Amino acid sequence: MSLTQDLLAQNTVQLNSKIPLGSIEDKWDNYKADMKLVNPGNKRKFKVIVVGTGLAGASAAATLAELGYQVDSFTFHDSPRRAHSIAAQGGINAAKNYQGDGDSVNRLFYDTVKGGDFRSRESNVHRLAQVSVNIIDQMVAQGVPFAREYGGLLDNRSFGGAQVSRTFYARGQTGQQLLLGAYQQLARQIGLGGVRLFNRTEFLDVVTVDGRAAGIVTRDLVTGEIESHAAHAVVLATGGYGNVFFLSTNAMSCNVTAAWRAHRKGALFANPCYTQIHPTCIPQSDDFQSKLTLMSESLRNDGRVWVPKNPNETRPAHEIAETDRDYYLERLYPSYGNLAARDVSSRAAKRLVDKGQGVGPLKNGVYLDFNEVITRLGRDVVQERYGNLFEMYERIAGENPYEMPMRIYPASHYTMGGLWVDYELQTNIPGLYAAGEANFSDHGANRLGASALMQGLADGYFVLPYTIGNELAPMLGKTIPGVDHPEFKKAEQAARDQYNGYLNIKGTRSPDWFHRELGKIIWDRCGMERDEQGLKQALSDLPALHEEFKTDLNVTGDGMSLNQTLEKAGRVDDFFQLGMLMCRDALSRQESCGTHFRTEHQTDEGEAKRDDENYCHVSAWEWGGDAMSPNLNVEPLEFEAIHLATRSYK
Amino acid sequence: MSNSIKNLTLKIWRQLGPTVKGTFETYNVEEISDEASFLEMLDYLNERLISEGKTAIVFDHDCREGICGTCSLMINGQAHGPQRGGATCQLHMRTFSDGDNIVIEPFRAEAFPIIRDLMVDRSKFDRIIESGGFITAPTGGAPDANLIAIPKPVSDSAMDSAQCIGCGACVAACPNGAANLFTGAKVAHLNRLPQGQPERFKRVEAMVETMDEYFGSCTNHGECEGACPKEISVDVIALLNKDYRKAKFASRKDLAR
Ligand SMILES: Cc1cc2nc3c(=O)[nH]c(=O)nc-3n(C[C@H](O)[C@H](O)[C@H](O)COP(=O)(O)OP(=O)(O)OC[C@H]3O[C@@H](n4cnc5c(N)ncnc54)[C@H](O)[C@@H]3O)c2cc1C
Ligand code: SF4
Ligand code: FES
Repeated sequence: MSLTQDLLAQNTVQLNSKIPLGSIEDKWDNYKADMKLVNPGNKRKFKVIVVGTGLAGASAAATLAELGYQVDSFTFHDSPRRAHSIAAQGGINAAKNYQGDGDSVNRLFYDTVKGGDFRSRESNVHRLAQVSVNIIDQMVAQGVPFAREYGGLLDNRSFGGAQVSRTFYARGQTGQQLLLGAYQQLARQIGLGGVRLFNRTEFLDVVTVDGRAAGIVTRDLVTGEIESHAAHAVVLATGGYGNVFFLSTNAMSCNVTAAWRAHRKGALFANPCYTQIHPTCIPQSDDFQSKLTLMSESLRNDGRVWVPKNPNETRPAHEIAETDRDYYLERLYPSYGNLAARDVSSRAAKRLVDKGQGVGPLKNGVYLDFNEVITRLGRDVVQERYGNLFEMYERIAGENPYEMPMRIYPASHYTMGGLWVDYELQTNIPGLYAAGEANFSDHGANRLGASALMQGLADGYFVLPYTIGNELAPMLGKTIPGVDHPEFKKAEQAARDQYNGYLNIKGTRSPDWFHRELGKIIWDRCGMERDEQGLKQALSDLPALHEEFKTDLNVTGDGMSLNQTLEKAGRVDDFFQLGMLMCRDALSRQESCGTHFRTEHQTDEGEAKRDDENYCHVSAWEWGGDAMSPNLNVEPLEFEAIHLATRSYK
Repeated sequence: MSNSIKNLTLKIWRQLGPTVKGTFETYNVEEISDEASFLEMLDYLNERLISEGKTAIVFDHDCREGICGTCSLMINGQAHGPQRGGATCQLHMRTFSDGDNIVIEPFRAEAFPIIRDLMVDRSKFDRIIESGGFITAPTGGAPDANLIAIPKPVSDSAMDSAQCIGCGACVAACPNGAANLFTGAKVAHLNRLPQGQPERFKRVEAMVETMDEYFGSCTNHGECEGACPKEISVDVIALLNKDYRKAKFASRKDLAR
């Protein structure tokens, strides 16, 4: 019997992924044909809470309100438009085949499953590829100014892990333009009264009554007030947890609190160890650094990655002769070259830097060189394509990329793991959904570039608005628990106690100090490469540091007014617990797949070596009462449409 | 390798709440790396304040790469500080010199009440967008994206104004606290596109009237353009005014009919 089967027999939670019947092409149509509907007049009798106003949350809230549901939308930001989605640069994929280069729904489906190293659920991925085409139509109708050709039609570029050109973009600000599109649609609904907006309000807990999600508990960040909100369904579209590493490309306030608190209330957390390291970020320059900046992967379309062959090289880049350069991605992966998948290119960079071939003052980067394309197409064309990215680089690094190659290095960027959801994007808690980066759904062990925006909008626009109805229809006419229910009161009290607790420790270290230390442990032990010894070490270091956090934390100010130090304390506490789960997950997955690279499991050529016999499953963890004793549940993955194959970008 | 900047004197606005009187407090930063960003310098100061048992200085920030529009500081009297075409978070300490005095205040405007210290409430911007800053296109009914060909120059100029990050520097820089650059940018984005035509006049009318309800009026000082981190041109204000006049004219005609 395989390990997957063994583990399955020990599951503590019934996991029903609700994959519809039929061939892969028909599943979504079959689902929609069979699902229960709420008639338009009855929709206003249902209240849906949507936490998060990024691409996933804003699109879901707007669409649900258009359909007639009463929606309450929550964000800790001052405005919905500030969600982290705004920072996405490169683009969004869709199987439009506008370039006539052989793209199709099936090819996007295949690329995504392969890119995820065969650790995602086929049915969800296929649906994502199907609805990708509707997203572009929808966003253009809303006025998103995607880049165009001179003839007036939409332009595309290519991205890592694909051999077709299917990425739509708006200069280097695709996320901004898409989010503003979704935000405007949400704003329209707020203006019409279909959505009530709660800004500067942080979700702290989900409340369940008789096993069903009954609502949420929040903290008003301005007044410190703890409050409850009841609803028929709750959607968490609260983004990813890449900031567990402290240094990452995520915005400063991205955190895991929403997903983590839901996890502690019984929602399973899937594949926490699948975290993506992005190959093209500006290397760290000093100890004050608070975050890292991404240089869009789209730059790899035209930039060539190299390091000097000689580790003792001292000449400036442009004086180093061609023969003294190692264009290692082109050498190692001739057919994908500089566009090899993210994890593959990140590890290649790490190995060369570890060997001492790194560049820059701290020798902690590799070159990304535009000289060839500038010579071939001219500076104007390059400026048109990447102008704002070049400017951004110069501002931060103080060097002009038209003249000097950029220096780049991998950094934490995206998290594939997240709340376990079924085909309907429902967690194992009925009535609780997770969308966008917050769920684990579509990217397996590695996400392809330009596919997160696609997934967020697919979930919010084209999946949730249908699947929520299926759950709500049978609830018509039933009363739901109100905010005076004891479970709400209990959760409110727990939240007050938690925050007062932080204030009362009166130790010597700030939340940021703990975050930095915690991040270092996770980056070293559970980052680009992992091994048993390191993970075990982390599992002893993390609880020790967490204990220190509980006794030596210093939060100044009070709880009944705006207090960013206090907010941060809660988020760091959750990162600690998540960090332990990540290491536990990474330790238990004794194979390498996608971004999860266990040094014990690699091929002779240093590539990830999967073990499909024993690990072709989702690891979904149940909270076991404390952070160090979670229960493992597995969902076996079946590949019917695509043959399990060794991933190769050669 | 990085150098350091020494002996900075910071005068920072501290205010407990919207209705409480605020005041400047002085802080010294003895040494900071010139590679640090301005906000990292404030992080560093906050860490020190916390270790001294004092409350940290409240300021808004998030992406720290000039795109989310959350950061919002007046530095030496300039919205987003001395650099052109960048947000506060993109300012680096290498811009400053040893011994500098730096005055740090919140964005000040009637329409942006102070929440605490350097944090202000810019939600009136959201009210403007809610009143008309969108194209009505409910999910599901959109035709194929390539059915409408949009000339590249049109799409490019829409994109130029769509880049607004909603930071409010234009309002803070304006002696009248007007929001015409922000509103003009959104109107120019949507009104230039073919998809925006059906609601063109209704949009501008609603947005201008909402804007007038909360913000001061524009008397063409042009300070906004210089403060804008996205260098949005005051041309969008001309377009705003032109479309608004046309809209008023059209609705008068409708009334007369
Ligand atoms: C620098 C960068 C560049 C990227 N570029 C690309 C790209 O080119 N293409 C691509 O496809 N992907 C890209 N990505 C990934 C992509 O941007 C994200 O995965 C995606 O935008 C996530 O969207 P989301 O809606 O799930 O979450 P987010 O946009 O992160 O939104 C989360 C929302 O939840 C709210 N929230 C969170 N927790 C709470 C809480 N406890 N209480 C209340 N509110 C809460 C926040 O306020 C926010 O509104 C990039 C990511 C980064 C970091
Ligand atoms: S117009 Fe410029 S200054 Fe005004 S809100 Fe937009 S980006 Fe900020
Ligand atoms: S923090 Fe996002 S623009 Fe400055």
